Amino acid sequence: MIEFKDVSKTFSLGKRDVHAVKNVSLSISKGEIFGIIGFSGAGKSTLLRLVNMLERPTSGTIFIQDIDVSKLSSKDLRTRRRNIGMIFQNFNLFNSRTVAGNIAYPLKLAGTPKREINKRVKELLNFVGLADKEKDFPDQLSGGQKQRVGIARALATSPDILICDEATSALDPDTTADILKLLKKVNRDLGITILLITHEMHVIQSICDKVAVMEDGEVIEDGNVFETFTDPQHETTQRFIHSVQSDLPSKQILKEWRSSGGGKLYRVIFKGDATNDPVLSTITKKHDVDFNIVYGAVRELQEKLFGNLIVSFTGDASAVQNVLNELNTIVELEEVIENEG
Amino acid sequence: MKVDWTTFWPRIVEATGETLTMVIATLIFGSIIGISFGLLLFVTRENNILENKLLFQILNVFINIIRPIPFIIFMVAISELTRLVVGTTIGTVAAIFPMTIVASFTIARVVENNLVSIDPGVIEAAQAMGASPLRIIFTILIPEALGPLILGLTFVSVSLIDFSAVAGTVGGGGLGHIAMTYGYQRFDGSVMLVTVIILIVMVQLAQWIGNTLSKKIMRR
Repeated sequence: MIEFKDVSKTFSLGKRDVHAVKNVSLSISKGEIFGIIGFSGAGKSTLLRLVNMLERPTSGTIFIQDIDVSKLSSKDLRTRRRNIGMIFQNFNLFNSRTVAGNIAYPLKLAGTPKREINKRVKELLNFVGLADKEKDFPDQLSGGQKQRVGIARALATSPDILICDEATSALDPDTTADILKLLKKVNRDLGITILLITHEMHVIQSICDKVAVMEDGEVIEDGNVFETFTDPQHETTQRFIHSVQSDLPSKQILKEWRSSGGGKLYRVIFKGDATNDPVLSTITKKHDVDFNIVYGAVRELQEKLFGNLIVSFTGDASAVQNVLNELNTIVELEEVIENEG
Repeated sequence: MKVDWTTFWPRIVEATGETLTMVIATLIFGSIIGISFGLLLFVTRENNILENKLLFQILNVFINIIRPIPFIIFMVAISELTRLVVGTTIGTVAAIFPMTIVASFTIARVVENNLVSIDPGVIEAAQAMGASPLRIIFTILIPEALGPLILGLTFVSVSLIDFSAVAGTVGGGGLGHIAMTYGYQRFDGSVMLVTVIILIVMVQLAQWIGNTLSKKIMRR
């Protein structure tokens, strides 16, 4: 659907060259929700704008539905853009137009007859749940409502692709959840491929199928969200994951645990099927060892469960060792070292 | 010698008409040229939808040269050009020419300033939908900036009333001419008072029209 092949973008700021995007190759399949995460300045915003050619690549090619968009003329490009909806962090609604006027705008550009425009606007307003706001102006709406109008406007010309530029970053947590739900609905019900950029891991966690992590203009890690979350390879990826799910209690708590004579701590990681069985309880019972869950959580990710528990075991030393050996065959297990956390 | 008010009123009415003609004609011509220049100045800026460094620089330099010249000096300085274009340097029509030039460049700057305050994201959104630069100018830039633009034009028309009085003193006619000839040179306080009152009413009226219009467009 969208294919970046060795794409770079360099801006020259006076005498200095800024390499916003460096040698990025990515492939986004039809029907996916693909998230690009990175701290600000990582180049994700530029990468997103390369999709609809608001930025032109310095080198490399971008294929959208097998068409090399970097080679299109301005006129062809404008027609292509109707197939790529875009929503923004600050909504970017036209303040001089009503809600209906905003949604009608891309249809007018496409030369849609007036009767059809009115019908389509009503349809879209119903889809985003704003049927009663047709005649309101953007400044009369809340942030969440504005983004709903933004989404309706982006979907007006029935695009195959929706690109989202930090679409929930200006919203409060409840509204963010609503908008993410709506985006999921756009993806599921309309079959629209979504490419989004964000600096919030929970956005990736809640709706994305695939994720790419960007740093300094490069994609440093990409793949399935479940695998990337449960087995992050890169330090930056780990930092993002810790932003939504801390896998260790604070240093202070660990210090107190150790100074009060608490035993060794182990991190036990359950993925998928392993979460269905009472693994810890069965194995410790068998070896007559007690276990104590000091910290941890079991979370849902892409409709699979993922558990991360910090556990201590008490009992005969060799029995504990047997427990550890046996656990290690079923789940991931590692000792929490002294200065971790 | 004081004027005889029973016969002088028609003269005042005529002069008021001349002033209004100068201001309104200048506002119309100045707006057409000024709004075009202002839009051109904005869209040719760096990183804008029709970036063109050369055109931008030429316009920018022109505006910067003309705007700081005091109007009375400018009017006299280009009198040969005025004669070439209008055929004379005396009278209301002759005054409209230099007034339009100055108004155009002032309005261009006002328009540009109002356009700069439009969120670039809004323009980007229109581009992302596949709007052409011309389409963006007419369906996004102008409607989005219209409210403040009208306030800006109101401000310009108030200074045009001022310019028309200046033009009046150097042969342009209108209330400025009356005030200078009868009020200043003949020390007739009553004429001065009447012209001042008419000018104040004009300014108030212009401001009221501008405020009402812009409020209607901005809705709040």
